[in-house]
Amino acid sequence: MFDYSMAEIGNIVVMQGFSGLSMFTVLLLMALGLAIIFGQMGVINMAHGEFMAIGAYTTVMISKLAANYGFVNYYFIFAILIAFMLAFAVGYFIEFIMIRHLYKRPLDTLLATWGLSLVMQQIFRSTFGAKEVSAELPEWMLGSFKPTPDIDIPINGVFVMFLAIIVTAGVYLFMYRSRWGLRVRATVQNRVMAGAVGINTAKVDRMTFALGCGIAGIAGAAFTTIASTGPTTGTLYIVDSFMVVVFGGAASLMGTIASAFGIAQAQSILQFFMTSSMGKVSTLLVIVGILMMKPEGLFASKLRK
Amino acid sequence: MSNTDFVLSIEDLTVSFDGFKAVDNLTMYIDKNELRVVIGPNGAGKTTVLDLICGKTKSTSGSIKFMNKELTKLSEHEIVREGVGRKFQTPSIYENLSVYQNLEVSYPKGRGVFGSLTFKRTAEVEAQVRKVAEEIMLSDLLDLEAALLSHGQKQWLEIGMLLMQDPELLMLDEPVAGMSAKERDQTAELLNKICNNRSVLVIEHDMEFVKKIAHKVTVLHQGKILAEGSMDKVQEDEKVIEVYLGH
Amino acid sequence: MNAILSKLNSSELLGGKKGVLGLAVLAAVIFILLPLGVDIFRLNLVGKYLTYAFVAVSLVLLWGNGGILSLGQGIFFGLGGYGMAMFMKLEASDPISTKIQTTPGIPDFMDWNQLTELPWFWEPFNSLPLTIAAILIIPALFAYIIGFAMFKRRVGGVYFAIITQAIALILSILIVGQQGLTGGVNGITDLKTMLGWDTRTDSAKYILYYVNGILLFGCILLSRYILTSKFGMLLLAMRDKEERVRFSGYDVSDFKIFIFCVAAMISAIGGAMFTLQVGFMSPSFVGIVPSIEMVIFCAVGGRISLIGAVYGTLLVNYGKTFFSETYPELWLFLMGGLFMAVVMFFPNGLAGLWDQHARKLKFMKRFYDDTPEPERFEPTLSAAKDTAEAAVAKKEKPAKVANMKGAKA
Repeated sequence: MFDYSMAEIGNIVVMQGFSGLSMFTVLLLMALGLAIIFGQMGVINMAHGEFMAIGAYTTVMISKLAANYGFVNYYFIFAILIAFMLAFAVGYFIEFIMIRHLYKRPLDTLLATWGLSLVMQQIFRSTFGAKEVSAELPEWMLGSFKPTPDIDIPINGVFVMFLAIIVTAGVYLFMYRSRWGLRVRATVQNRVMAGAVGINTAKVDRMTFALGCGIAGIAGAAFTTIASTGPTTGTLYIVDSFMVVVFGGAASLMGTIASAFGIAQAQSILQFFMTSSMGKVSTLLVIVGILMMKPEGLFASKLRK
Repeated sequence: MSNTDFVLSIEDLTVSFDGFKAVDNLTMYIDKNELRVVIGPNGAGKTTVLDLICGKTKSTSGSIKFMNKELTKLSEHEIVREGVGRKFQTPSIYENLSVYQNLEVSYPKGRGVFGSLTFKRTAEVEAQVRKVAEEIMLSDLLDLEAALLSHGQKQWLEIGMLLMQDPELLMLDEPVAGMSAKERDQTAELLNKICNNRSVLVIEHDMEFVKKIAHKVTVLHQGKILAEGSMDKVQEDEKVIEVYLGH
Repeated sequence: MNAILSKLNSSELLGGKKGVLGLAVLAAVIFILLPLGVDIFRLNLVGKYLTYAFVAVSLVLLWGNGGILSLGQGIFFGLGGYGMAMFMKLEASDPISTKIQTTPGIPDFMDWNQLTELPWFWEPFNSLPLTIAAILIIPALFAYIIGFAMFKRRVGGVYFAIITQAIALILSILIVGQQGLTGGVNGITDLKTMLGWDTRTDSAKYILYYVNGILLFGCILLSRYILTSKFGMLLLAMRDKEERVRFSGYDVSDFKIFIFCVAAMISAIGGAMFTLQVGFMSPSFVGIVPSIEMVIFCAVGGRISLIGAVYGTLLVNYGKTFFSETYPELWLFLMGGLFMAVVMFFPNGLAGLWDQHARKLKFMKRFYDDTPEPERFEPTLSAAKDTAEAAVAKKEKPAKVANMKGAKA
């Protein structure tokens, strides 16, 4: 840790910062989806990672199509949209057949969705094979740009970051500035009254859950720019995503963002200086430690009892 | 009278939620064996006062002394062990246990982990359970699963669970809500009996019921005391009529 | 004989007639039928499954009765297992057998990682009494710390579950990452003897199997004692109405911490027995996946039934072994489907199903005449139900409750 000069440390921080950024982005997108589902509805979806995998596999498949038909440079935005819609649709379906029966039993939802994740993983394995697959990335995404000779910033990282910003802004506008978002918030805060004023709370629940899953799908699309996808890819981020949501204070959008950023950066930087596993352990330990002292999370909204 | 003669002395009690004062500099004293009823419009702070006494909510300032012991520093279960029992607005009983078990669990012995592991159902416990069951008119239903009781019976069971603790101060939040007329009469009888050995603090809205039981009435409005005195005196008070009773 | 039987039948501890029957059948299965029916190789497998059953039993206490879902029981299973493994490894690493190592007298994996002396925390595991103490105390202590930090702050439910999951992850990553200290991802292997006694022979396996069974029964009886005491009643009360228990003068967090520690100890015993019977311990029994699998054993068997938990464990593990061999692709589907089905359609597990239907069979009736209808398992019973009406509609008398309801053998 102490063999580097100041300049080198500066470069390392920036590069690790950016590699942390890619991780931050995927984590943020996953956490956003989870925050909507868990923070707003109190539902624990342990299959959330698999919805991300849906998005990732979708993107990979479309990329292969694109490669075969020669529109590799144009497909990506299209793929993001399809990933969102597919994950959304599956989420909608799952809410309908399973989740809606379990709203009063959060612990059971946790277990049931874990079972779902196992089933989904096996579906991926049977459909796409156990080996990991990669997307054919468009040319403009490859490579990196160098603001200074010593700093290498990968372009796909930057793209993914912009994607995250757009999605986050979209979620914010949707939840806090649209009529539908109003209905969601009303249902969450006072279900009975929301129903009494004519809001179809069952539909709102379904759309909200599906939306969270759809965002996970976008996370999956983003993920393909960073790494390859396999049947168990979803499990990589699930615990981290939950930590992000719980740490940030489940009901707060700002909290989720800050938490995702903090955790991703901490882990990335720590992993550089310690071994990869110790870096992860340290990050998790700090999070758990802080949660034990402040169980509501860092940015929990103050609720009047 | 110095405040050491009172069972409960609340002095300058204030609780503020983000600037809103639910209870505002409240001062109130309750005697031994007194049955005090607190009435007032919704939002007056009545349930909040109970919450503050039993420790569910922390006060912003002021003091609550129970038998001269300061309650604001204690945790919920410690306050209960001092001798304060609280009945909640919606019946809060153990639905999965029988009436007998509900009462037995409330017996004030074996409250620690090891005490409860070694707790024996002695004849003493049995006798106490039957005695209380008799008082709350549920002697015939001791083996029944509590979930199957009627709403009124559940309220009585909760009162019974508190009686098992033998508290010096019993606090009841709307004990007759949802009860039939006959049940209200029976409850009034019950409450009049049990304040022979203890003080009782009741929140209620049903004025007929209040008349039957109250020794003294306190009217709360916007977190402050509007009027206090016998039921007759309070009913004639102009301020009370304007704010609450109407005519 | 009749006098003994009637004394047993009226014992609350054993759960009345139904409980005695259940325990007797389980004992027959474990101690007589299985050893006679299968060869030693498969019996050893059963012994392995029965060590998981310790965890399932601990979850009946913690989750079924206490309402506290821990997704990290693997932590304690692992702590117990590693404790025993460390003892046996040190015994197998005496200076003579390891004389070809760069540093003789220390475990092989330490030698591969260029360690030159035994890390300090391995030293106590040279002694069997200290090892056994460590197996019982360290997991309980760990549980105490976690429980204290969380239950005193009123963290429960889903948050608690996620945090236990994170802690399981932390521990498994730590173990894998510190290869020199813990054997890394391969775990601690090549375990041969305990105080000179070779644990790999057939006769040793039989003995260990029986010891395991006896310990399991001991844990079941201990759990029955807890569940039939006032503590057990309070556990149920806290599961369904924590606030009311607090306002009856009980420090709820103390109770939760205690039962969490008991569950940790029971799981640790299972872990230690695993190491003895199987001959190794690895981080694959510590992390997220094994921890949640053990929950499913408990759920399938019947989360409020101690005996059910054992059968559930045996059944699911047998299924896992069978299907992984013959139809590996199918197995994950089945397991995932099992999770979902149990949660949605039969939350009381097989024990619940059995209770519901067995009492209708003629020859079973006499075992049920002193036990009530099984507890209608609805985890959040805060809303008052119109059950009196429902009972009338069912044209039966409302359920009468025997003295200690909810605690099942």
